[in-house]
Amino acid sequence: MSVPAAANAPKVINKPKKKMGLGRYLYEYWPLYLLVAPAIIYYAIFAYGPMYGAQIAFKNYRAKLAVTGSEWIGLKHFIRFVNDPFFWILLKNTLTLSIYSLIAGFPVPLILAFMINEVTNKPYKKTIQMITYAPHFLSDVVVCGMIAMFFAMDRGIVNIAIEALGGQQREWLVIPAVFKHFYVWSGVWKGAGWGTIIYLASLASVDQEVVEAAVIDGATKIQRIWYIDFPTIKPTVVINLLLSLGGILGTSSEKIILLQREPTIMASETYASYLYNQGIMNGSYDYTSAAGMFQSIVNFILLSFFNWISNKLGEASLW
Amino acid sequence: MKRTKGDVIFDWINCIILGLITFIMIYPLYLTILASISDIVAWQGGRVYIVPIGLNFEAYQNIYRDGTIWRGYMNSIIYTVIGTLYNVAMTIMCAYAMSRDNMKGKQFINLFFIFTMYFGGGMIPYYLLIKQLGWINTLWVMTLTNGMSVFNMIITRTFYRSNFSNEIYEAAKIDGAGELRIFLQMALPLSGSIIAVMSLYAGVGIWNSWFGGLLYITSPSKYPLALILRTIIIEMANFDIQVTSSALESAEEAQRQLEISRMQESMRYALIFVSSAPVLIAYPFVQKHFVKGVLIGSVKG
Repeated sequence: MSVPAAANAPKVINKPKKKMGLGRYLYEYWPLYLLVAPAIIYYAIFAYGPMYGAQIAFKNYRAKLAVTGSEWIGLKHFIRFVNDPFFWILLKNTLTLSIYSLIAGFPVPLILAFMINEVTNKPYKKTIQMITYAPHFLSDVVVCGMIAMFFAMDRGIVNIAIEALGGQQREWLVIPAVFKHFYVWSGVWKGAGWGTIIYLASLASVDQEVVEAAVIDGATKIQRIWYIDFPTIKPTVVINLLLSLGGILGTSSEKIILLQREPTIMASETYASYLYNQGIMNGSYDYTSAAGMFQSIVNFILLSFFNWISNKLGEASLW
Repeated sequence: MKRTKGDVIFDWINCIILGLITFIMIYPLYLTILASISDIVAWQGGRVYIVPIGLNFEAYQNIYRDGTIWRGYMNSIIYTVIGTLYNVAMTIMCAYAMSRDNMKGKQFINLFFIFTMYFGGGMIPYYLLIKQLGWINTLWVMTLTNGMSVFNMIITRTFYRSNFSNEIYEAAKIDGAGELRIFLQMALPLSGSIIAVMSLYAGVGIWNSWFGGLLYITSPSKYPLALILRTIIIEMANFDIQVTSSALESAEEAQRQLEISRMQESMRYALIFVSSAPVLIAYPFVQKHFVKGVLIGSVKG
C-alpha cells in the first residue's frame, strides 16, 4: 500500500530544531499517550498483575487471607517441587514432547516449502497452498475431537480399517506409548502448511540469474535446491530454529488436556498441564504457582539465550 | 529455460508427492463431513470413505433443534465480535502511537510490553486475579481478557513504519491537523488492510478458544461452542459405558439405546463440522490477508 499524498506533500526543509519544553510537548503530543493508554492498562492488569500475584509461590496461601495477606514461607514450595518424584516425570514428558515436536515438526514445513516452490503450474500451486494452510485455522478441540472419533473402538474409521486389513482393534488413546505420536503428529498436520509461508517468501528472493547459470552448467534440480535455494534461505531457517529452541519448555497445555486420558497421565503430564490438573482442579494454588514459576524462569533463560544468539547473527529477532 | 529429462521426472514426482500430502491434509475434514451426512450404520461398517452412503441431514436437523448448541453458537458469536473489536482497537491504537518517532519514552514503553513476551505470572496467579476481579462466569472474562498481543502490535507497528513517513506527518501538521486528527482522519482510513489482518487473527483465535471457558465459566448456558464440543467428545467414552450397561435390561430398550447412540455419534461429527464451519467457509476468501500478516511480521519490526 502506498500513500498518494506523499508525492504531493511539500518537502519540509530546514525544520526548526529548537528544544521543546515538556509542557509544550505534551500539549501537542498527548493524543499519542492516550492511544497507548488502553494497552498499558491492559498489560499492567493482565500481565504484570499475575506477576505480582506470583508471590504466592513463596507463601502459604489461605483463601480468606488472599494473596497479600498469606504468610511467607520462602522457598518451601520450590524445594518440595524439585524433590517431588513427579518433577522428573514432568521434565521427561515435557522434553520428550517438545524435542519430538521439533524434530518432526521443524523439517516438514521446510521440505514442503522447497517442494511447493518447484511447482510451475500456478493453479495447482495455489490449490496446494490453500489446502495445506487450512488446518492451521482449526481449533485444537476440533483436531483432538477428530482424533478421538477416528480412533475410537468399534466405530472409529481407523480401527475399522485396521480390522479390515486383518489387524486388531485397540483403544489407541489410552495407550501411554502412543500419546506422544498423537500430540506431535496432530501438531505437524496443523502447522506444516502454515509454516511454509515464511520459507516461500525467502525462496522468492533467490537470484534467477544464478539459477540460469547453474542450469547452463548442467546442475540438476536437486543440486540447485541444495546449492542455491538452501543457502539463500539459511538465515531464515536458523532464526526459526533458534526461536523454536527458545520455546522448548512450552508445551501446549490445551492440547495435552484434550488428548489426555486417565491411563496416559504418566506419559502425558507436562509442566503446563500439571498446573491445570493440580492447581485449578485440585486447588493447590501456592504449590503449583511455584511449579509454574520454576518453568517460567527456565523458559525466560532459554528464550533470552536463544534470542541473544539470533541477535548476534544479525538477523531479525523478537526486538 | 530448457528442462532436462531429469528435471521433468523430478517435477512429476514432486507434484505427485505434493498431491498426496495435500490429500492427507484435507481427507480428515472430508471424512468428518462424510460421516455426518451418511447413514451411520454404513459408516460404522467401514463402507463410507469416498462418497456418502444413505445421504441424510438428520444430524444437522438435530443440532438445529438442540437448544444447548444454538446457545453455544450465539455465545461464541457474541464473544468473538466483542473480543475482536476490543482487541483490534487496542492493537491499532497502540501500534500507531508506538510507530511515531515523536513519541518520547517509547523505548521504555516498548520494554514494558516486550518483557511480557519472555516472562509471565503463570496460569494460577492469572486465575486468582480473575477470581479477585469477580469476573468468574461473566461476559467480561470471555471478552476483555482478549486484549492486544505484543507480537501483533509489532506487526502492526511495522506496517505503519513502512507505509507512513515522517514527512507525511509533518505535512499534515503544517496543514494544521492535530495529532488526534492525524490518527483518525489520515492514518486510520489508510489502515484497512492491517485492520483486516488483525481482525482475522483475533477473530479466529477467540472463536477457536475453549480453555478460558473451561477455567472461568461455571454455567453451561454461557459456554462457547468450542467448549460444548469438547464436553461432548470427552464425555463420549462415559456415554458408551452407559449404553452397554443399560442394554442388559430388555431387548427393546437395548435397541432404543443403540439408536440413540448412533444418532449421537452422527451428531458429534456434524458438530465438529458445524463448529469449524464459519472459519472454513470464510477461509478461502481471507487467506491472502492471513499470509500478508505473516509476511509483515517476518520483516524486522
